[in-house]
Amino acid sequence: METHISIRNLNAHYQDQQALKNISLDIPKNQITVIIGPSGCGKTTLLKSMNRFLDLVSGTQISGDVLIDDESIYAPSVDVTEVRKKVGLLLQRPFPLPMSIYDNVAYGLRIHSMHTRGHSLDTAVQHYLEMAGLWDEVKDRLHAPAARLSVGQQQRLCLARGLAVEPEILLGDEPTSALDPLSALNIEKRLMALKEQYTIVLVTHILRQAKRLADYAVFMYLGEMVEHGPAQQVLENPQQERTRAYLEGEF
Amino acid sequence: MKRRFSRRYLEEKFFQALMGLSLLLVTGSLAGILLTVVIKGAPALTLDMITKTPQGGYYLGKEGGILNAIVGSLYLAGGGTILALIVSIPTVLGLNVYARGTRWADLVRLSLDLMWGTPSIVYGAFGFTLMLALGLKASLLAGIIVLGLLELPIMARAVDELIRMIPEELEESSFALGANRFETALFVILRQILPGLATAILLAFGRGIGDAASVLFTAGYTDRIPDSLMAPAASLPLAVFFQLNTPFPEVQQRAYAAALILTVIVLLTSLGSRWLAGRLGRYTIR
Repeated sequence: METHISIRNLNAHYQDQQALKNISLDIPKNQITVIIGPSGCGKTTLLKSMNRFLDLVSGTQISGDVLIDDESIYAPSVDVTEVRKKVGLLLQRPFPLPMSIYDNVAYGLRIHSMHTRGHSLDTAVQHYLEMAGLWDEVKDRLHAPAARLSVGQQQRLCLARGLAVEPEILLGDEPTSALDPLSALNIEKRLMALKEQYTIVLVTHILRQAKRLADYAVFMYLGEMVEHGPAQQVLENPQQERTRAYLEGEF
Repeated sequence: MKRRFSRRYLEEKFFQALMGLSLLLVTGSLAGILLTVVIKGAPALTLDMITKTPQGGYYLGKEGGILNAIVGSLYLAGGGTILALIVSIPTVLGLNVYARGTRWADLVRLSLDLMWGTPSIVYGAFGFTLMLALGLKASLLAGIIVLGLLELPIMARAVDELIRMIPEELEESSFALGANRFETALFVILRQILPGLATAILLAFGRGIGDAASVLFTAGYTDRIPDSLMAPAASLPLAVFFQLNTPFPEVQQRAYAAALILTVIVLLTSLGSRWLAGRLGRYTIR
C-alpha cells in the first residue's frame, strides 16, 4: 500500500476548544478512505486540514503537519492555491458558481491558465462533464445558468468542476447528504470509478455508505482517532470498544 | 365552536386594518405627488421644454426650455454615480474579502453610515471649501465630485449588505478550486451580486439626480449646456427651485414641468434597473 497523504501529530484548536488531538494517519493512494464518527468528533476538521481549509476559519491554531507526496502542505514556502488545486473538495451541499454550466467547469481551467496548454476549452469541458456523468443531460444547454440544474446534477457539476483542475486527491464532506437516494447512488458510482486515478477521502455519517465505498476506514471520537485500518477490519471487526459501540448504534 | 368575536380575532383584524392603512398611505402619497406634478406640469411640458435651452426672456415666460438642466443633471448624477461606483466596489470588496471581521472594517462601515446621515447641504458646503482650497470654480467637475461623495455611502453600504448575504460556501467553492481571494472577489462575488448592484446604482443615481443642496454652490447654474468638465452645469432640482421662486405663474408652471421631467427620468432609471436586475439574476445562486 502506497501512502499518498501523511498526517503527522496533527492538533487543531478552535479558540479554546481542541478539535483534533494528536492525529497521525497514513492515507493510501488510489483508494477510498472513509472517515466516520458522531457529529462534532472532528472528522470534517480532519478532512479540511488536507486542503488547508482550516486557514479560512479565523482563530484556528494548527500544529503538526500534513504531507502530500512527502511534501508538507503547511510549509511557509507553499502556495495555498497550489495545494487546493491538487486537492479537490466536494461540499455537503453543492454550490455552483453564479455562471453558466460551461463556465463552471471552465472556471478552474481559466484561473490556472490550463486551457492554453494545447487542448481547447470546449474539449476539456466536455471531457470533465463526461467524467462526472453529466454530459448527456446538459450537452444541449451548456450556456444555461448552473443554478437551474437539480441538486443532484449540481453536485455532479461540482465534481466535474473539481476534476477540471486536475487534482490528485478528492475530498468529500458528506457529499451525498443533501441529495435524493438516486442522485446519491449516482455520485457513489462516480467515486468508485474515479478511485482508479484519484485518492479519495470521504467524511460520511451513513454507515451503509461507508461499507459500500470504503477501502480504508478511520473512526474518530471527540477529536481523537480511535481506530483506523482496512475497511473490512474496522467496519466489520473493530478492535476498539468505542468503534464497536458506534457501529452498533449506541451513540 | 368558539365565539367569532374573540379577542384574538379582533386583534388580527385590527392589525390587518393597520397594515391596509399604511399601504394606502404609501401608495397614496406617491399618487398624490405624481398627480400634483402631472396636473400642474403637463400643460407647460412642450417639446420646446425638453429640446431647447433658455432663450432671451425665458425666466419671464418667453421662449425656450430646460435642456440645459436636463443634460446638466444627467451629466452630474451620471458622473457622480460612476465615481461612487469606482470608489465603492474596491472599498466593499476589500472590507469583505481582506479586512473581514477586523476593527478597520467596523470603522469604515461606521464612517459610511455617518456619511449617509449627513445632510446634503453639508456636502455642498464641504465641496465649496474644497473648491476654494483647490482654486476650482463652480463646475461640472466639482459637482460630480460632491455628488460622488454624496452617493458613495448609499452605494457602498447597499453593496456591502449584498456581499454579506452571500453564503460562505460559495466563496469556499471557489477557494477549493485553487482560486485566490482576488479571483474569487472578481469572478464569483461580483458576479453573484450583479443584479443587486443594478439596484444599488439606481438608489445612488436617484439620490444624486434629485439633490439640490450639494450642487448649488459646486456646479452652479447656467443657461448653457456644459461643454467641458470645467464649465458650470445646470441641474433639474435647481431649475425647479429657481422657477418656483419667480412671481410669474407661467414660469412657476414650468417648474412643475421640470419636476415632471425629473420624475420621469427617475422612473425610467428605476424600470431600466429592474429589467437589468432580472436579466442578470438568471445566474445568481440562491
